[in-house]
Amino acid sequence: MFKDITLGQYFPGHSFIHRLDPRTKILAVIIYITSIFCIKSFLGYAVLAAFTVLCVLSSKIPFKFVLKGLKPIMIFVIITAIFNLFLTDGKILVRWSFITITYEGVRLAIFMVLRLFFLVLGTSILTLTTSPIALTDGIEYLLSPLKKVGVPAHELAMMMTIALRFVPTLLEETDKIIKAQTARGADFESGNLINRAKAMIPILIPLFISAFRRADDLAVAMECRCYRGGENRTRLRELKMKKGDVFGWFALVCLVGLIVLANVAYGRINI
Amino acid sequence: MDGKTNNIVVDIKNVEFLYEDTEETGGSRVLKDVSLQVRRGEFLAVLGHNGSGKSTLAKHLNAILIPEKGKVMVEGLDTSDESLLFDIRQRVGMVFQNPDNQLVATIVEEDVAFAPENLGVPQKEIRERVDYALDAVNMTEYKDHAPHMLSGGQKQRIAIAGVLAMKPDVLVMDEPTAMLDPAGRREIMETVKKLNREEGMTVVMITHFMEEAAQADRVVVMDHGKILMEGTPREVFSRVDEIKKIGLDVPQATELMYLLKKSGLNFETDILSADECVNVIKDVYNAAKEAL
Repeated sequence: MFKDITLGQYFPGHSFIHRLDPRTKILAVIIYITSIFCIKSFLGYAVLAAFTVLCVLSSKIPFKFVLKGLKPIMIFVIITAIFNLFLTDGKILVRWSFITITYEGVRLAIFMVLRLFFLVLGTSILTLTTSPIALTDGIEYLLSPLKKVGVPAHELAMMMTIALRFVPTLLEETDKIIKAQTARGADFESGNLINRAKAMIPILIPLFISAFRRADDLAVAMECRCYRGGENRTRLRELKMKKGDVFGWFALVCLVGLIVLANVAYGRINI
Repeated sequence: MDGKTNNIVVDIKNVEFLYEDTEETGGSRVLKDVSLQVRRGEFLAVLGHNGSGKSTLAKHLNAILIPEKGKVMVEGLDTSDESLLFDIRQRVGMVFQNPDNQLVATIVEEDVAFAPENLGVPQKEIRERVDYALDAVNMTEYKDHAPHMLSGGQKQRIAIAGVLAMKPDVLVMDEPTAMLDPAGRREIMETVKKLNREEGMTVVMITHFMEEAAQADRVVVMDHGKILMEGTPREVFSRVDEIKKIGLDVPQATELMYLLKKSGLNFETDILSADECVNVIKDVYNAAKEAL
């Protein structure tokens, strides 16, 4: 039942975006997210939308697949939109008994929806086109300057790798425990919420115990393979910026430039 | 160093070890004055019951455990010297029971590279070592797979490759087949025998499967923290009565010969495999037919 969960939703491929250095992609997403919140006009969002569409096209991931990522945040988006729509002061557009909709409210609601959509789209393009390993490597590299102020960059990356490695193993184990407990007459499906939560205890306790045992075994196995932290470690795959990354950075600079222009334009004419 | 001592990779001298687990016994002596030498290039099997001290002994070989009394020397390096820890661990590769709990990375190739990465091997050489190790266990075609998609036997072979990538002198395996199905067990035995024969790898295999021990060059039987018997599988398993007394079994073929002998027939018990067994019975049968 758990086997088809794909964590981080990596969509394997060999497109231009897939082949970009993970550091490029992570930094690009950070810039992308920052720009989402700096945009002041619809023109700016049009530029961002065009950029996003170009990214998805060049990643060769079907649009449907990318848009699927929006589904789980729909309720959140709707609630945000409603709040902004009804609770913003300004020039009144519609008034009906106690409900007032203002011009600013409509504008803000649309902006919030767009922001949330682009936020999810941008990050899902990152996770869809970057394998978890590349992602952790990139994060480790980007965090490594912070080692000097005591951020354990290597350890964080190692923890992420091990977590990713053990997700399928522990899911399989959970499945086994559920079956074993069901065979002993445990009931996970009936009763109210509290009863059902209580029914999870016989699953969680064995799972925890086994996870600790695994952690112990793994620690010994890692020590046997001469693990001693991140110092003097070499890598099988070193990260290398390639020609494609130069182009990627160029595209990103263009995006930021256009957004700044759109913001400047917004100051002069009001769209 | 003369040739004789050079031939010994691991030298265990009068080792004693005590677990401080106080629950039942208030600390039980797990190893009692154990001495054993591992010779270069041999395939040594260590047999014993649960609690016979065989896993504890294995853990002494690469300094996971340090003896209370006595000494363990790996290629002349004393395991109690902490500054030599990584030199010793690099020389003695260790594979454990549960393949799932030994793999670190999410991709086979990355996992095999883990040890050389830790050792600070240059990138180009890591590549070579990974390719060599995966080839040695016949898993090259799976190098881009995720470990959880592999079978138990395949995972255990990756664990072996991960150790081989350190270029160890000895491969110590602590019940590597205990959690595998018969097919996986066969895979591992074939891999281990191939490594021993073709690559000249010294292998120490802790096991409680008699059929596996029967394939080794030398067998050591442990009981209650002591070495009880030592010799070729043929020598050891022909002492059926003694082995049965400590609650172990002998290979099925040996068992059959033993029972035939016990019932008054003239058979020797130094038979290990089913094929040998068939041949011996055939000879006796033919001889009997001619006599008629």
